[in-house]
This record gives sequence, structure tokens and C-alpha cells, in this order.
Amino acid sequence: MERSLTLIALFAALIAALGLIPKFDLAFGVPITAQSMGVMLCGTVLGAKRGGLAALLFIGLVALGLPLLAGGRGGLGVFASPTAGFVIGFPIAAFVTGLAMQQFRALPIGWAAGVASILGGVVVLYAFGIGGLMVALKKDLLEASGLVLAFVPGDLIKAVLAGFITAGLAKARPASLLSRS
Amino acid sequence: MISLTSPVETRAHGWPAGAKLAGLCLATVMLFAVEGLVWHLGFLAAALCMYALPGWSFFQGGMRRLRVLWPFAVIILLWHYFTNDFANGAVIVVRMITAVGLANLVTMTTKLSDMIEVVRWLSAPLRRFGVQTRSIELAIALVVRFTPVLAQKGQTLALAWKARAARRLGWRVITPFAILAIDDAEHVAEALRARGGL
Repeated sequence: MERSLTLIALFAALIAALGLIPKFDLAFGVPITAQSMGVMLCGTVLGAKRGGLAALLFIGLVALGLPLLAGGRGGLGVFASPTAGFVIGFPIAAFVTGLAMQQFRALPIGWAAGVASILGGVVVLYAFGIGGLMVALKKDLLEASGLVLAFVPGDLIKAVLAGFITAGLAKARPASLLSRS
Repeated sequence: MISLTSPVETRAHGWPAGAKLAGLCLATVMLFAVEGLVWHLGFLAAALCMYALPGWSFFQGGMRRLRVLWPFAVIILLWHYFTNDFANGAVIVVRMITAVGLANLVTMTTKLSDMIEVVRWLSAPLRRFGVQTRSIELAIALVVRFTPVLAQKGQTLALAWKARAARRLGWRVITPFAILAIDDAEHVAEALRARGGL
């Protein structure tokens, strides 16, 4: 119980901290923030339920008024803005990532985590994000998708990297990989 | 930890947080129920007045937070200009700015502790279903405490990387970063258990 609680809280803090630390360069020199990678890691490391709760705790604190989103954004305005769908999708994305991770037990951890991150952190997250854009900007599916398509390749790369990172964590701290225990 | 509450003390800081949130819900529902550009320009003007009332520095701070919306405003207005539907585009943009503006206003005038009080009140019914609401509050406190701690450790890792590598900071730094978070979590869990647990 205590362990679940502290892991959930610390992974929520990890999502926040990944938005605060300086931007990285991917292999091709594309600067990214690692915040959405934090959401994927919640699922791949903590599993569906705890990972989803960690991301839920994170967006709950954003709603309460803490500047935890990348770029120091936060507050209730986030949930009224056009990108609200992405933020609201965080917990579901982490949950689905965790669920997929638990389903792919037959695969090696790195592969399972990569594929699960693509399913949860890209497919599910963009479904919510695009849905949010459709509502806020009154656009149809195709138009709303066009607005965010440019970000998909970066997030696919992040999902693959989340796979590598999860494999590394499984080696370094096998007991803490709750999605496989 | 820095929150988004405005340092400029306004009269609205003293109002009950629950009432402000209920008012915000009502206002947002109304914004999305009403069509017609004139109405929306009126709502926007009213929102801007609310920002202006506490003084210039509050107004400036509020406007700075709305800056993230400009790219969307430009895209939507251009889009609707070229599809000969400018009036609808203007409604969407003005409504978006007012909705976000009002929500930010609540955040700017409400202390974190008041918001947590609302969460406590809202989560009270869950106790009947056996949910430990105390652990929600503990989790909130842990995140508030550990976000700056982790961010600090992340900076240290980034510095260590820069001191040793010729290449710029890469994704590999995230693995040790996540390990630090896991270790902190395990230590805090142990400390909680040692003090009697939840």
C-alpha cells in the first residue's frame, strides 16, 4: 500500500520534472520535451492501474493550479484550451500503455514497452487530443488531425525510446517494475 | 513550490473556492450554449474588465498566460478567412480566449490550499465506498514536495552529462533519472511504514 502510493506520487512528480528539465535533442537534432514520455513510462513501469492513477494525480495537480506542464503551464485554463484533449488523455494513455504492457508478457520487456507506448502514448493520446481539438475549434476529424500530424513522428520516436528506457529500468530495478510482477 | 496564484492580492482571493469553481462551470456552459459574435465580444470585454479591476500588473500577468493561444487564434482566423466563414471563426477564437481567460482567473485568485480543501470536500462521499481519501492528500503533498527535488536531481544529471560528454544532452539521461525517482519512492515507502504506515 505505502509502496504503491509513493510510486504513484513519485511517477507523477517524474512526469512534471521531465517537463521542467531542459529540452533534449533526438538523434536528428529535433528538440523535444520528455513529458509525454513520462506518461508512457508510468504505464510501462507501474502497470495499468497504478500508471493511470499517477497520470491522473499529475493532471489533477495541474487543474489545482500548479505549473507542471511543459513550459510552466497549468491551472484550470489548460482544460478550456484547444489542447485540453491531450492533457485529459494522459491518464487513459498511461492506463492503456500499462494494460498493453501486461498483455504482452510473452515479448521481451523492451519490445513490449515500445509497442505498448505506441498504443497508449501515441494512438490513444492522439485520439483524445484530436477529439479535444475538434470540440474546441469546431473542426472535423481530418482538419483537426492535420493540425497535430507534424508531432506524431516525434512521439513515435519517444515511444520507442520509452521501450529502451523500460528495458534499462527492468535491469537496474527489477523489483520495481510493477507492470511485470 | 511556485503555484500559479497571483501574488497581487485581489478581493476574489477571499471568496470561497467552491463558489468560484461553480461560477466558472456555469459561465463555461453558457459560453458554449450561446452563438452570435456580438454576445461573445461582450463576454470577452467583461472578462477583460475582470482582469483590469485589480490593477495593471495583474492584467499584464493574466495576458501573459493567454499568449499560448495566439498560434491557435491565427490558424483558425486564417482558415475561416480562406473558407469565407470569417464570422464563425471569430466566434470560435473569441470564445476560446474568454473560456481560458475565465478559468485562468479562478486559478490566479485561488490559493492551492483552498483548492485542496475543495478536493477534500468533493472526495468525502468516496469514503463511504472504502476509498482512503487521506492517501489522496498524502499523494498530493508528495508530488508537491518531490517535483522540485526531482527537477533538481535532473539538472544535476544534465550537468554530469555535460561535464563528461562532447555530445548534447540525449535521451539516455532519462534512465538514471527514472531510477532516482523509483529509489526515492522506495525510500519514502519504507519511511512511511517505519512510522506506522497509512
